[in-house]
Amino acid sequence: MVKNLTGRIIIVLIVTFAGLFYLLPSTSEKLPEWWKNKVDKIHLGLDLQGGMHLITEVQTDKALENILNQYVQTIEELLDENKIPFVEVKIHNDQTIGVELLDKAVEEKFMKVIKNNLPYLKYLRAEAGEDFYRAIFEVDKNEIRNIRDSAVKQALETIRNRIDQFGVTEPVIQRQGEDRILIQLPGIKEPERAKRLLRQTAMLEFKLVNEEGDLEEALNGRIPPDSEILYEEIVDRETGKVVERKPLLVKKRTLLTGDMLVDAQPQINSSQYNQPYVSIKFNAKGAKIFKTITTNNVGKRLAIVLDNVVKSAPVIREPIPGGRAQIEGNFTLAEAKDLAIVLRAGSLPAPIKILEERMVGPSLGKDSIEQGIRATIIGSLLVVAFMIFYYNWSGLIANVALILNLILIFGVLAAFEATLTLPGIAGIVLTIGMAVDANVLIFERMREELRAGKTPWAAIDAGYKKAFSAIFDSNLTTIATAAVLFQFGTGPIKGFGVTLCVGLLANFFTAVFVTRVIYDYLVIVKKVKTISI
Amino acid sequence: MEIFRTKTNIDFIGKKNYALIFSGILVLVTIFSLVIHKGLRYGVDFSGGILIQVKFSQPVTASQIKESIQPINLPNCVVQGFEEKGQNEFLIQSSRMDIDIEKIQPLITQSLAKSFGEKNFEIRRVETVGPKVGKDLRKKGVMAVIFSWIIILIYVAFRFEFSFGLGGVVALVHDVIVTVGAFSITNKEIDLTIVAALLTIVGFSINDTIVIFDRVRENRRKSPGASLPVLINQSINETLSRTIITTGTVLLGVLALFFFGGGVIHNFAFAMLVGCISGTYSTLYIVSPVVIFWEEKFRGKKLKRR
Repeated sequence: MVKNLTGRIIIVLIVTFAGLFYLLPSTSEKLPEWWKNKVDKIHLGLDLQGGMHLITEVQTDKALENILNQYVQTIEELLDENKIPFVEVKIHNDQTIGVELLDKAVEEKFMKVIKNNLPYLKYLRAEAGEDFYRAIFEVDKNEIRNIRDSAVKQALETIRNRIDQFGVTEPVIQRQGEDRILIQLPGIKEPERAKRLLRQTAMLEFKLVNEEGDLEEALNGRIPPDSEILYEEIVDRETGKVVERKPLLVKKRTLLTGDMLVDAQPQINSSQYNQPYVSIKFNAKGAKIFKTITTNNVGKRLAIVLDNVVKSAPVIREPIPGGRAQIEGNFTLAEAKDLAIVLRAGSLPAPIKILEERMVGPSLGKDSIEQGIRATIIGSLLVVAFMIFYYNWSGLIANVALILNLILIFGVLAAFEATLTLPGIAGIVLTIGMAVDANVLIFERMREELRAGKTPWAAIDAGYKKAFSAIFDSNLTTIATAAVLFQFGTGPIKGFGVTLCVGLLANFFTAVFVTRVIYDYLVIVKKVKTISI
Repeated sequence: MEIFRTKTNIDFIGKKNYALIFSGILVLVTIFSLVIHKGLRYGVDFSGGILIQVKFSQPVTASQIKESIQPINLPNCVVQGFEEKGQNEFLIQSSRMDIDIEKIQPLITQSLAKSFGEKNFEIRRVETVGPKVGKDLRKKGVMAVIFSWIIILIYVAFRFEFSFGLGGVVALVHDVIVTVGAFSITNKEIDLTIVAALLTIVGFSINDTIVIFDRVRENRRKSPGASLPVLINQSINETLSRTIITTGTVLLGVLALFFFGGGVIHNFAFAMLVGCISGTYSTLYIVSPVVIFWEEKFRGKKLKRR
C-alpha cells in the first residue's frame, strides 16, 4: 500500500528543483554566472518586450517580368550578332515572347541560334501572314517555378543581410509558404526606418545619357528605340512629397549594376557644404567595365539610377581605372547611411509588399507585463484563499500543488525556450482556475466516501481512484483544444495555447501525483488520524 | 465548509423544456442582433485595415483626434477611448480591406504630429492587416473552432458513447453562439484573441460535461437497469458541488483578468466571463436533453444490437 513512498518523494523533489533551476534565472540577477549561462531568461513575445512583426510577400511576378525583359534583351543581342534582321521582340500579356522576323527565310538559322543559346525558351508556335512572320516562345514551366523560388530565396538572403547591418538582436526571418517572408524584430527602436530599409528594392544601375537624342521630341512621344526617359526627383524635405521631376533621356542598356559592388560607405564632402554622399567600390569585373566605359565616354554624362529614379548624372571627366565612384543626390546623412546599407546588402530581386504589420512600443510592453503579473498574483491569491476556506488543510495541500504547477509552467517555458506572450499570461491565470478542478474532483469524492463512513485512508484511496478517470478525460479534452489553438494560432495566440497545454499537463503531475504523495506522507509517516477537508 | 451537505435532488431533466425555451430565446436574440448590426464587428485581424493605439501627454478628446486626421480621409474611421480611466489613450481604427496599409500609417503619424506636436504623443501599438491576410485569418479562426468541435465529438463518442458526444458538442455550439451573441449585442470586436477565448470556452465547457458523463458511466455500472433520465439526473446532482466550485474558481481567475489584466486583454476576459457562465449552464441543462432525445430516437436500434 505504501507503494514506494520514498521513491515518489524523491521524484517530486527532483522535479521541483528542476523547475526552479530553469525558472530562477528569469526572476533574479544575483545568480552565479554558470547558472545564468546555462539557462536563458524566459523569452518574451513581441507584445511584452516591444518590437515589430511583419509578414511580407515577394512579388515574384515582377521577378518573372524582369527575367522576361532580360530574355528580350538577350534575344535582340543574339539577332544582332548573327545578323538576323528582325522587326521587334515583344512580351505579350500571357507572358510569351514574340519575335517578329523580317522574312521567313531566316527561320532555320534563327531557330538554331535560339536553341543553342536559350535552352529554357520553348518554341510554341508561329504566326505567319502575307507580310509578317512571328515566332512565339514561352519560358519552360519548371524554369518559371525556379525563377519564382530563387527570387524568394534571394529576397530572404538580402533581407537577412540588411537586418544584420541594422543591428537587431535575435531577429526572426523565415520563409512562409511559397512567397511570404516573416520578419520579427524584437526591441526595435526605429520601426519606420526599418521598414523603409527592408522594402527598398535598391536596384542600382549605371546608364549612359543619350546626348545626341532630342529630349523635346522624346517627351512628345518619339523616343529613340534604344533609349528611355527617366526622371530625377526633387523632394520637399518638409512634406516628403515629390515636387519636381526632371526628365532625362538615357540609353536603355544597363552597363553596370549594384551587384558588382563590394563596398558602399556614407561620406561627407567637406568641400561642398558638408554634403553627404555615398562612396562605392566595384569588384574586379565591375572595375574593369567601369574603366572601359569611362575611357570611351569622356565628356559624356553617366546616369546613376536607383530604383528607376535618376540620382545624379555627372559628366565623365577622365577614365576611372580604380573602380571607385560617388553617388551624390541631396542626401541627408541618415539617408546616405541607409543607402550604403542596402547597397552593401544587395538589391531585392523583386519588390516586397507588407501584408501584415504589428508593432508594440516598449512602454506598452512593460505595462502589459505589469498588468499580467498583477492579474496572475490576484487570481492566484483568490483561488488559494478559497481553497483553504472551503477545504481547510486539504485546501492547503492543493495550494502547494498549485504553486508547484506554476513553477513547472515557467520552468518548462524557460527550458524549451518557448515564448511568453500576453495571452500566454492569461493562459496561466486560467490554468490556475482550472488546475484546482482536479483537486476539487478528488476532494469532493473524498468527502462522499467519508460521509459514507470510510476510514481516512480508504477515503483517500477511493477518492483518487474514482476521480482519476474524470480528471484524465476532462483535462485531455481541454489539452486537445489548447493544441488546436497552438496549431491554428499565430504569435501571441500560440503563446496562449502553449501555456494552457503545459499548465494542464503539469497539472496531471501536481494535482494528482504530488498531492497523493503529501497525503501518503501525512498518513503513513506522520500517522495523521483524520483528514481535515 | 461545504455548500451541499446533504444530497441534492434537483430535477434538471424535468426542467428541460424551460431550458430549451430559454436557450432558444438566447439564440434568437443573437440572430436578431446579428441582423441588426449587419454581421459581426470584426477587429483588424479579420477585416483588414489599421489600428493605432496612441497615448497623449495631455488630455485630448476623440473629436480633436478625428479632426486632426480628417484630411487623410480614412474610410470607416473610428476613434475611441482606450481604458476608461481617462488616461488619454485612444484607439484609431479603420477596418477596411481596401486601404493601402503601407501608406496610411506614416500619414496618420504626420497629421497627429502637426496637430498636437511630435513630442506630445506616443504610438503604443500598431496593427495593420492586409486584405488577403485578414481573409485567411478569418477562415483559420472558423476552421479552428469547428475542428475543435469535431475532435471533441470523436473523443467523447470514443470514450463514452456517440449520444454523449453529440450532447456535449451541441452544448459547445450553444456556448459559442451565446458568446458571439454577447459580443454582437455589446458591439464589441471579434479578433484572434476572441477566437482563442472561444476555443478555451469549448475546452472548459466540455470539462464539466465529461465529469458528469464519467459519473453516469459509473452509476450505470452500479445500477444497470436504471433509466437514462434518472441516471443522468442523479449524476448531475452528485457532481453538482464540484461543478459549481470549479466554475467558481475559473471565474475567480477570469475576474482577476477582467479587472486587472489591462485593456489589451479586456475583451478576451469578457468573452471568458460569458463563456464560463454559459458553459456551466449548458452542461447542466442542454447536454442531457440532447443525449436522451438521441437515445430515445434510436434506442430501438441499440436494443437490437445488444
